Amino acid sequence: MPIYPSANLSPKIFENDLEQKPTRNGFGDGLVLAGDENPNVVALCADLTESTRIEAFAKKYPERFFEIGVAEQNLATVGSGFGVSGKVTFISSYATFSPGRNWEQIRTTIAYNNSNVKIIGSHAGISVGPDGATHQAIEDIATMRVIANMKVFVPADMIEAKKVTIMAAKIWGPIYIRLGREKTPVFTTDETPYVPGKAEVFWMSKKPVCVIIGCGSLLYNAMLAARELEKEKIGTVVLNCHTIKPLDEKEISKWAKKCGAVVTVEEHQVIGGLGGAVAEALAKHAPTPIEFIGMQNTFGESGLPSQLLEKYGMGAKDIIRAVRKVIRRK
Amino acid sequence: MEILHEEKLKKLEVLANEIRQTIILTLAEAKSGHTAGPLGMADIFTAMYFHVLKHDPNNPDWPERDRLLLSNGHICPVLYVTMAFAGYFPKAELKTLRKINTRLQGHPHRQVLPGIESTSGPLGSGLSQTCGMALASRLDKKKNHFYCMMSDGECDSGNTWEGAMLAGKYKLSNITAIIDRNNIQIDGNTENIMPLEPFRDKWEAFGWHTIEVNGHNIEQFVDAVYEAQAIYEKPTVIIAHTIPGKGVSFMEGDYRWHGTPPGEGPENIVPKSEQAGRALEELQALGRKIQSEH
Repeated sequence: MPIYPSANLSPKIFENDLEQKPTRNGFGDGLVLAGDENPNVVALCADLTESTRIEAFAKKYPERFFEIGVAEQNLATVGSGFGVSGKVTFISSYATFSPGRNWEQIRTTIAYNNSNVKIIGSHAGISVGPDGATHQAIEDIATMRVIANMKVFVPADMIEAKKVTIMAAKIWGPIYIRLGREKTPVFTTDETPYVPGKAEVFWMSKKPVCVIIGCGSLLYNAMLAARELEKEKIGTVVLNCHTIKPLDEKEISKWAKKCGAVVTVEEHQVIGGLGGAVAEALAKHAPTPIEFIGMQNTFGESGLPSQLLEKYGMGAKDIIRAVRKVIRRK
Repeated sequence: MEILHEEKLKKLEVLANEIRQTIILTLAEAKSGHTAGPLGMADIFTAMYFHVLKHDPNNPDWPERDRLLLSNGHICPVLYVTMAFAGYFPKAELKTLRKINTRLQGHPHRQVLPGIESTSGPLGSGLSQTCGMALASRLDKKKNHFYCMMSDGECDSGNTWEGAMLAGKYKLSNITAIIDRNNIQIDGNTENIMPLEPFRDKWEAFGWHTIEVNGHNIEQFVDAVYEAQAIYEKPTVIIAHTIPGKGVSFMEGDYRWHGTPPGEGPENIVPKSEQAGRALEELQALGRKIQSEH
């Protein structure tokens, strides 16, 4: 199977008993480790301590945890004050509220002010499920990546979420990390390479005719799609584009040129997200036909995560269809 | 903080008048910017930088310094002029206000000018930032004090009250908020735009020790700061009643001078071409009066 060997993915990747855990858990674990390592790590939360998994840090380091209440503008601005005072500051809420409700405060007091704040947007994407569209952030990649000084990370699974959290505590400046609520396949390992700003090949067929560029937990669906396509002798490359900004334009362009067709996969609006970023890069370096998997300029609704991903066209079969389509467009 | 002697008080009053004159010259040169607020807050900024603050203009990043955070960034002409007088940068640089490649941005930016504690302009977010700084300082067991300069207009903003509630919760006695209660905002008088009264009661309800002063009486203001430093169980807010445009008769109390520089203001009393000159003449006369009175 063309799973890329040096990606060191889980040997159980396509087995039924592959572990499933939410990316928010990886953040919670990573934050405690970051706090162990650096006494200047502080964490702030807007009344969602348990569900954004900041709880473990709050229990271990109560003097370094600050409960802000249901006030996301305050969350960002108090965080900004910490961030210019020598603290490595993590602020967490649901992504619809932060960075949803406090965008200008993030822009001015964190990004323009260059304050050392890490914005953790949990419960992103429609896989939030039954809570419905009000709680499903599908615009946050766009609204964060457009801000100068801001870096944007979307981890693919729990292990990667832990890595990005630990790393974020070591990189100075404003960072947005996007997390999900639902349990999703843990298909990377501690040995999977993770370098901020560098897209990683997870799947490489011998003669790829399309590169699938994904981020977040939907990357697993991209892997399922690649496996199915391989059976039909349609070779692909799957790129884990965990860093939306700064985008690895070099790697993306390289594979777009080599394959001649691109499919982007994200649990986000196709406008302005990963797909938008890839399209901007390729328009500059290697104009290539692209199909965009994601929310097609619509809101979500209540339902089970699996039902929603199917209804809104983000399943493995939708990715397969998109690959077939984009190849025809060459 | 040293005792404010009569001699020092006179010195501060003279200085505040010179700062007002320089604000007029700076704004006239820039041809854009806010006039009413900076003139109204000149006495308080003079008292802060020349008497209250523990700071070192030659070492703006000194970790033990007190912090002065300007929340209502648009009155930065008074901040810049006072900082220049205090020695943070050459007075000649004031001519660059709002011009290309300047460190004196239209609204203050921390990244370009040493001594600016935070980027500000969008209203309502300064108090919360001050809270973050004050909490971080407490965590580090530092003794410095945090002054948040605010406008009354920005108390329309929910973010201000979110910060006020948080400061009350954490009993941030290392914060003193100083509100320019000049009763005007861009669109008119505060009580018509969005009533703030009973203003004092609101702050007290949020857990703040509240003091009201005449913002043009430096002695009274400094006394209030002393009082704030003696309050250990809660944050203090000083509501400073000021006259917007203070010192220039045709600007005083007129909200139309909020966001307008001399030379671009309402012409019903003084024609545009004479506004800067007339303002300077009036302030110079006032300066002579201050000199003779003490």
